[in-house]
Amino acid sequence: MKRNFGPTYVAPQALWLTVFFAAPLLIIVAYSFLQKGLYGGVEVVFSTQAWVDIANPTLLKVTVKTLWVSLAATLIIILLALPCGYSIARSKNQALRLFLVIVPFWTNFLVRIYAWISILGNEGFVNQALRFLGFRAEGFQFLYNQGAVIFVLVYMYLPYAILPLFSTIDKFDFTLLEAARDLGSTKMQSYIKIMLPNIKGGVITAVLFTFIPIFGAYAVPLLIGGKDSYMLGNVIADQLTKTRNWPLASAISMSMTLLTAIAVFLFAFKKPKEQQIVKDIDPLSLPNGKTTGFLHRAPGQGKKKPSAKGAA
Amino acid sequence: MKGSDVTVSNVSKFFGSFAALKDVSLEIKKGEFYSLLGPSGCGKTTLLRAIAGFEDPDSGLILIDGTDVSGLSPDKRHCNTVFQSYALFPHLTVFENVAFPLRIKKTPVRLIKDLVMKHLSLVQLESHADKKPSQLSGGQKQRVAIARALINEPSVLLLDEPLSALDAKLRQHMLMELDSIHDKVGITFIYVTHDQQEALSVSDRIAVMNAGLVLQVGTPQQIYENPATEFVARFIGETNIFKGKVLSREGTLNVIGIDGYGTLLVDDETPVEVGDTIVATIRPEKIRISNDQPVGDELNVVKGIVEEPIYSGFQTKYVVRVEGGERLTIFRQHANWSEGIPDIEWKDDVCLSFSARDLVIVEKSPG
Ligand SMILES: Nc1ncnc2c1ncn2[C@@H]1O[C@H](COP(=O)(O)OP(=O)(O)OP(=O)(O)O)[C@@H](O)[C@H]1O
Ligand SMILES: [Mg+2]
Repeated sequence: MKRNFGPTYVAPQALWLTVFFAAPLLIIVAYSFLQKGLYGGVEVVFSTQAWVDIANPTLLKVTVKTLWVSLAATLIIILLALPCGYSIARSKNQALRLFLVIVPFWTNFLVRIYAWISILGNEGFVNQALRFLGFRAEGFQFLYNQGAVIFVLVYMYLPYAILPLFSTIDKFDFTLLEAARDLGSTKMQSYIKIMLPNIKGGVITAVLFTFIPIFGAYAVPLLIGGKDSYMLGNVIADQLTKTRNWPLASAISMSMTLLTAIAVFLFAFKKPKEQQIVKDIDPLSLPNGKTTGFLHRAPGQGKKKPSAKGAA
Repeated sequence: MKGSDVTVSNVSKFFGSFAALKDVSLEIKKGEFYSLLGPSGCGKTTLLRAIAGFEDPDSGLILIDGTDVSGLSPDKRHCNTVFQSYALFPHLTVFENVAFPLRIKKTPVRLIKDLVMKHLSLVQLESHADKKPSQLSGGQKQRVAIARALINEPSVLLLDEPLSALDAKLRQHMLMELDSIHDKVGITFIYVTHDQQEALSVSDRIAVMNAGLVLQVGTPQQIYENPATEFVARFIGETNIFKGKVLSREGTLNVIGIDGYGTLLVDDETPVEVGDTIVATIRPEKIRISNDQPVGDELNVVKGIVEEPIYSGFQTKYVVRVEGGERLTIFRQHANWSEGIPDIEWKDDVCLSFSARDLVIVEKSPG
């Protein structure tokens, strides 16, 4: 008889997750149900005040803004990362190009944000260059607005999307694109109808790798954005350090975690409805008029559930 | 007749400095089953891709029905390809794979089902319509690829070694099916293969290629019986090659001095001069083998010793070392029991006899 070593193998990982993931999360949950201390911290008295305070219109506005900034940045990142990943996968010197994608990581996150400040600032390189070329002397205000925040977020998180997209596109069989072209589709149609459904797993991973950290962004909106670019991460920080309302900060964090979890679940794990139809009913035996639903289903919806790796 | 004629005219294609196609010219007729036959790396796929529109020739023209197609992208050409690797779309069912070209064309939905099912029944896959490609066997995938390539009703079907991934039995079967599909749809088939058996058994005409060149174009019989070069003779089936000098000639009858054999008589139309160096060939089944007396009254008789008898059911292949040291290959069909042909065994002394007409001059150079 073989002994089952499963639990032994899992133990280190289980310990790791408990100590560094579950425990902090539980502490945050606990804090959100306590009373706020006078100078920060908490008093160990049960209270639901934080969960009452959380329902205020300002916070809702910031939440909505955080959502749309994250979605916009993620969308731009995916749209940029797809052609990048594709060109790296098809290039002859993949190693060099991948290396170039990773190089920025050698520099500290904050340093890179400050680099953008010195590039785009009122006295930055770009403005100096424009002034030199004879544009207006007072310069342009590139920073401290929503656009600048999205721009720098895109810059920061682009590699996190390029890498997973590259690795799935690299495994993609490019003769499928030729087959699609041969069968009458345009270049664009072959990418959208054939390549995209087959690299769906990579796209989902890329979205998760970028959306989740951007949703919790703190430093970029703080340093690059103006007062109106505040995101939830900044609100939480303010609650911790300025307003000193730790329970509220915890409640907001918890809500964000829940929101992200729900979004991830909806996005990555929900089966498309149509797939059920394909599975349960033989599409060809449907009466003629009713085949439309099946026949018009977009490519890829019949695909298996993508890997859940991105959710980590 | 349905289908298009395809003209390839002086097409060359370079990859860097490597010439994959060298001045290739072909005339493919409407409705023909035309094979491109050649060893691996000889440029067959490259030529097919040039016709399909995936490669731009560096020089030369490709005409489909007399129209220059250079500059037309693959989706604009009226030909479809069956890819070597099938290239089925893994995320779509069999039905949707075959329906793909129709959806791209925005064919009305109510027509799609009938068209797809019609083409699936052409390849006998109606009952597999809602499977995914990953659930199919190799032969079934192949059929889906064929149905998908035919659904747009192309006038030319390009097939790139469509059977190479199948086992021998299935390959034979699919080959016959391909032939019957060709008969049914009646369009031009351009069929790439490196398997001479396949090419011989189904093609109307064959172009034999090597190293980017077309060496010979002809019917299977022409290619087999009258190979244009030594390479063609060796590549198509087994053969025996003789190299020698023309000693004298009388009409079409040449007396050839072969190093090692003495002389052989060759009856061939090829105009040669006394003193020319020539290469002649004879197919193994055209040589008759007997124990002591030569059979019949053939002009060429050679003696030798059996080195290897290789029995394969319907025939035995003998490798015979003849006087002078050369080895010849002979096929002897097994006729019925009553013929009483004596058994020929290993190490037996044998007599080989063959007609002067069956020796074919494939190459000559002035001596
Ligand atoms: N994209 C390419 N870049 C460089 N060389 C190429 C390319 N495509 C083909 N070749 C070269 O051109 C030659 C002909 O290739 P091709 O694929 O046409 O051969 P083939 O006759 O189809 O061989 P096979 O029977 O193995 O499929 C080969 O030597 C190959 O290495
Ligand atoms: Mg090939």
